[in-house]
Amino acid sequence: MYELAYVRPQSLTDALAMLAQDDGAQALSGGQTLMPVLRARLAMPTRLVDLARLHELAGITPAGDGIEIGAATTHHDVSTSSAVRSVLPALAGLAGGIGDAQIRHRGTIGGSIANNDPAACYPSALLALGASITTSQRTLAAQDFFTGMFSTALEPGEIVRSIRLPACDKARYIKFRNPASRFALVGVFAARLPGGYRIAITGGGNGVFRWQEAEQHLDSGGSVSAIAEERLDIGNFTGDLHGSAEYRRHIAAVTVRQAISAIT
Amino acid sequence: MTAITLNVNGASHAIDVEDRTLLVHALRDTLRLTGAHIGCDTSQCGACTVHIDGRAVKSCTVLAAQAVDSEIRTIEGLAKGADLHPMQAAFREHHGLQCGFCTPGMIMMAVDIARRHPRPDDATVRAELEGNLCRCTGYHNIVKAVIAGAAAMEGLA
Repeated sequence: MYELAYVRPQSLTDALAMLAQDDGAQALSGGQTLMPVLRARLAMPTRLVDLARLHELAGITPAGDGIEIGAATTHHDVSTSSAVRSVLPALAGLAGGIGDAQIRHRGTIGGSIANNDPAACYPSALLALGASITTSQRTLAAQDFFTGMFSTALEPGEIVRSIRLPACDKARYIKFRNPASRFALVGVFAARLPGGYRIAITGGGNGVFRWQEAEQHLDSGGSVSAIAEERLDIGNFTGDLHGSAEYRRHIAAVTVRQAISAIT
Repeated sequence: MTAITLNVNGASHAIDVEDRTLLVHALRDTLRLTGAHIGCDTSQCGACTVHIDGRAVKSCTVLAAQAVDSEIRTIEGLAKGADLHPMQAAFREHHGLQCGFCTPGMIMMAVDIARRHPRPDDATVRAELEGNLCRCTGYHNIVKAVIAGAAAMEGLA
């Protein structure tokens, strides 16, 4: 790891000031992605601003008929939250399957979505459920927040504060795991919302995306078995040593059918 | 160098570290608590597992500075003098190790598993051990040891 400074702000205001003072500053949440990146010298921030203990980013609270989750909430705390389990059990299940137990004890929802790894689990849930993301400056819809591989609408120095999600008991996340990394080789979050079916796919390689053609097919009464992989744009997938683009697309379509079958 | 205080195994230690120092290096190199092992460079192997505020974490994936104001427990903090912790005793009894390199991390994870699952079954233990790699045993005796150790811990509670 390159030399850097570590600072622990006592408030969100302090954190924003620390990030604004220094172009090379990097926000640190659970660090379960950032620490391996730093150890491998793939990034060279001048200072880390630790957000993990900020009270403004903590807590899980009811919000309307749904739930609001503070950005610094760990995957473990989401997965074991009685509030999340009661209104959005699929999200608790997703959180309980991220990485391994040690990683879930440190990694946070805010850190995960701010990083927007193309194989991360959370972005698919937020995109499928139409979550809204409140930052230090504004509130964004998930579809506007996730802008591509490792890319979000966050401006430099902008911090994710909380994520608001609707209640939904007709939702399912199914992850086809890479057995080594435990990231999704492909992951599908499917939900049945009042407005219709929503399907978001992660792990394709180019960033999380919705499969709107399949959503429309289901909304117009089409059958699960007729969800055909040929109708899934191959441009959403890339190949690497873990699998070709065609393989990923095939797994995605199979997983979508499984997830939809589970909620209908 | 920055002066920090770490609370480890119930004792307070004032040490000087670089801000970039990983917790596992502060434990091993500065405090000479070499039970937490470094088995990989990718946060995958779990040999460095310790507890921060009661939760198992990988000490190679946390800065020492992040652990200030927390309670850290390492494998050295489990036994009471010559009396092994029940989980340590279970690993010995069930021969839950061969070379022993992964064992400190396995045992620290096992204690955390027992805290959250007082009577874990085989499948639970195997799922919970996803973050701990053993290249010798095939896990079979480790799983037996965790189940027995959890039962022994419950008996003490």
